[in-house]
Amino acid sequence: MIDPREVLDTLRMIDMEKLDVRTITLGISLLGCVSDDAGRLCRRVYDTVTRKAERLVEVGEQIEREFGVPIVNKRISVTPAALIAGALNDPTPVARALDKAAKTTGVHFIGGYAALVQKGMTAADRALIESLPEALSQTDRVCAAVNVASTRAGIDMDAIALCGRAIKELSLRTADSGGFGCAKLVVFANAVEDNPFMAGAFHGPGEGDWAVNVGVSGPGVVKRALEEVRGAPCDEVAECIKRTAFRVTRVGQVVAREAARRLGAPFGIVDLSLAPTPAQGDSVARILEEIGLEVCGGPGSTAALAMLNDAVKKGGVMASSHVGGLSGAFIPLSEDIGMIEAAERGALSIEKLEAMTCVCSVGLDMIAIPGEVTAETISAIIADEAAIGVVNNKTTGARLVPVPGKRAGDSVEFGGLFGRAPILHVKEYSAAAFINRGGRIPAPLTGVRN
Amino acid sequence: MSNVNDNTADLYRARRRESAAVVTVLGRDQKGIIAKVSAVLYECGANILDLSQTVLGDMFNMVMLVDVGSSDFNAIQTRLETLGETIGQQIRIQRSAIFDAMHRV
Repeated sequence: MIDPREVLDTLRMIDMEKLDVRTITLGISLLGCVSDDAGRLCRRVYDTVTRKAERLVEVGEQIEREFGVPIVNKRISVTPAALIAGALNDPTPVARALDKAAKTTGVHFIGGYAALVQKGMTAADRALIESLPEALSQTDRVCAAVNVASTRAGIDMDAIALCGRAIKELSLRTADSGGFGCAKLVVFANAVEDNPFMAGAFHGPGEGDWAVNVGVSGPGVVKRALEEVRGAPCDEVAECIKRTAFRVTRVGQVVAREAARRLGAPFGIVDLSLAPTPAQGDSVARILEEIGLEVCGGPGSTAALAMLNDAVKKGGVMASSHVGGLSGAFIPLSEDIGMIEAAERGALSIEKLEAMTCVCSVGLDMIAIPGEVTAETISAIIADEAAIGVVNNKTTGARLVPVPGKRAGDSVEFGGLFGRAPILHVKEYSAAAFINRGGRIPAPLTGVRN
Repeated sequence: MSNVNDNTADLYRARRRESAAVVTVLGRDQKGIIAKVSAVLYECGANILDLSQTVLGDMFNMVMLVDVGSSDFNAIQTRLETLGETIGQQIRIQRSAIFDAMHRV
């Protein structure tokens, strides 16, 4: 009744192909913390997070030990801060309370310093976006997100203009670490409420008190499986990816259920995204190259990625009772060794990356750009990315890092899972007059579905 | 024949129990590996349900299905790892749910 081959297969995937659970993210609602007194609000935030997540790291480590599957990150996502700080003029104390709570519980990151402004900004939303440079440069583990667009509401160009300026200033404030503060901020279109992945995780207002969300990984496993079907037609490639994605997602499902049971929290979702890391053998770009591209970013990349993304979803959906989050293939530039090398070879431009984001999750992710790029140009790139999400009814995001003092072709090192990033060339033609118009781009016809 | 089928069904149910775990041993072949691993499992109160063992060249490879019952999982794991270091084998114990999930629909 035990098949040694299956057992050894699993061990090989974990040992050699870097199969792991990328993150257990505990979503926590902070709606009960609301107060017009900053001190009281922050105390409640700290107490709620530390109480609910008290055993998160311990439980994660115990599951890792018992099931023999590495769980790389334990994280927390919370209610968008702008929703609970509505009565404060300055929401930055909330960021500091979240940072302190993250350190007490021992989690790597806490996400949810966020505002949902796809249709318009409240005073609190505006204050939060304007506080981003201060909040993210003064804290270590807090991640932020701003949802600036949706298929239903259109694109909030005022918010995008503010975000461009915030990113520019945040980069300057964290210049000594290569503008790293910007790596903790994602600007979304169609953001999801149960995303377990950072930096864009937050616990949406439509969620319950708390939930366990899990993100899997496994690009190495897919790459290895594809080596068995070299030269076969695309149909077989897609089938092979589906089978592999099923297995990878099942691991996430087991871990998610177990973590939820042990924490006494409801199981939320498994996010079946293929999430790469900068380590060798853990790259999405290498999968595309295994499919038959000389280098990721060359002609054919969008089609190969579309097939990969679709097959991952088809395989993963059956493996979990609740699939959610972003669920697709990630193509973060600095966090994928194949992407880094492709960009260094000049095969991968920001324009090709933008095209590739039309067919996968999530967007222009961890893209380092020259420090001299203007706030308006940053806003324009965000608007382009948002338009792709809005029109195609999918999530897109932009995590752009302007690196002070660096030019296209230089490189910046962020370290750890954030990797190193070659600085991509950004066209210098101005979009300032467009961005300065402000206002709202109306929702597209695809958003009128009733 | 019905006996065999009953056994198979029993084993199938057993491996789906929460207390089911898989022990794997990998390393250079030597005498007494099964005896030593079994002894530790016995002392820890774990019950061996199924076992498969091969020697390829001089590489020893064993996969065991065990029921750890209400024993302390961490304690068994620590003792097996210590034994592995002593006899130069890589010994692991993992909850069997992970293998079921990956290879069974």
